[in-house]
Amino acid sequence: MKHLLSTRDVSREEAIQLLDIAEDMSAVNEREVKKLPALRGKTVVNLFFEDSTRTRISFEAAEKRLSADVINFAAKGSSVSKGESLKDTTQTLAAMGIDAVVIRHGASGAPQVLAQSGWIDAPVINAGDGTHEHPTQALLDAFTMRKRLHGAGSRGKGLDGVKVTIVGDILHSRVARSNVWLLQTLGAEVQLVAPPTLLPHAVDTWPVSVSYDLDHALAQSKPDVVMMLRIQQERMQDAFFPNEREYSNMWGLTQERFFSLPAKTMVMHPGPMNRGLEISSAAADSPQSTVLEQVANGVSVRMAALYMVLTGEREVTHD
Amino acid sequence: MTARAIMQATDMQRALTRIAHEILESNRGAQSLILLGIPTRGVTLAHRLAEILESIVPGSSVPVGSLDVTMYRDDLYQQPTRSTAPTEVPASIDDMTVVLVDDVLYSGRTVRAALDALTDLGRPKAVRLAVLADRGHRELPIRADFVGKNLPSAHGERINVRLVEHDGEDGVEIDEVMSA
Repeated sequence: MKHLLSTRDVSREEAIQLLDIAEDMSAVNEREVKKLPALRGKTVVNLFFEDSTRTRISFEAAEKRLSADVINFAAKGSSVSKGESLKDTTQTLAAMGIDAVVIRHGASGAPQVLAQSGWIDAPVINAGDGTHEHPTQALLDAFTMRKRLHGAGSRGKGLDGVKVTIVGDILHSRVARSNVWLLQTLGAEVQLVAPPTLLPHAVDTWPVSVSYDLDHALAQSKPDVVMMLRIQQERMQDAFFPNEREYSNMWGLTQERFFSLPAKTMVMHPGPMNRGLEISSAAADSPQSTVLEQVANGVSVRMAALYMVLTGEREVTHD
Repeated sequence: MTARAIMQATDMQRALTRIAHEILESNRGAQSLILLGIPTRGVTLAHRLAEILESIVPGSSVPVGSLDVTMYRDDLYQQPTRSTAPTEVPASIDDMTVVLVDDVLYSGRTVRAALDALTDLGRPKAVRLAVLADRGHRELPIRADFVGKNLPSAHGERINVRLVEHDGEDGVEIDEVMSA
């Protein structure tokens, strides 16, 4: 794997190999010495043009546990705020001998540009770009589902026949997009539930079924997994729904709705949660909730992703 | 390419039995022993050795685990990306005698990686190395304590260890590469 830009580019074999490696990484994360020497002497830069706490910390923990040297770069307080372009920033990093770039950017496609530009000859991992993709989040979600379903017997398995319902702001969600492609690759059946205003135009071309009515969708498809998405107030300039109370009543995982689910249904949320809006505390704090497992698994999955893009023979490219 | 059989199932069984006796002799019994196999075939061999040890010393119980060395290798950037295998250590290795078990000893680089991996797990009293076949060509100052069979071989040859659990039969053979 040269880069990790989109879950669309990840084959089933690669995805399962990555999840299997993540299984071994999660065992490392439970021991006393949580460190492996695999990336010793490699320098990884975390290039964050958009605010993020959990994803950046998760990547940093993953990089350090693999013995890489880590440089954190936040757009605030950097030359970017003085107007330096992505190109100049990247070329500066290349001149410093960076071995891999983890990038989060507000513009969809920025990681792709970086990977194809020739500005830097290093693997690029997309840590979230605009409303496009967030591949490591989808991989850690798949890992969490597989682990809950198969436990110690997870290795080598996909998610064939697993029914996943993703609820909420699909329009602005890179998490939903990455999940749709990856879950399809791994054999799961995906259903999206959202108000019509929060669904993208091209959703009919996606490999999913779509519903506007959450109660009906949950009763009909009896999903194994219900994934609630965050209402991203920062990306909402228009009125997508009348008010928060109505959204919560119709599309939130309220206490009442949660208690009507079978006891084995997994409840997922990529965080950070708006409690009382898209998810109730009853659901978020229940044993069915995987929210904290998702965070823990994030480190293991990111270790596997870094290992896969950084190791192996690299063909030297000259322009 | 022609394959030449070097060990049959009975030879392998005899070699493992002898190794088990040698382990008991050098350890003065089966106490404080832990066998760690290097995936994949080393783990299977470690389980077989433990079974033999327990049959020689009735009432004894020898813990067996696996030690994956992938992340400790020195050729991660020369080879295509390798998949990892589980590391499962059933008991603390502190103050134990750890016997590393592998199928073939060649350059010694895998064992070097295993010694580093062990350091991250604890501080054993001693570390020993048991291999089914030693084919020579060491690139590091490493030797095995217990050897099933010494197999002088040429660089271009391949040693195939076949085990019932993975390959349906027991045996060791050499693939001789025709020189062009």
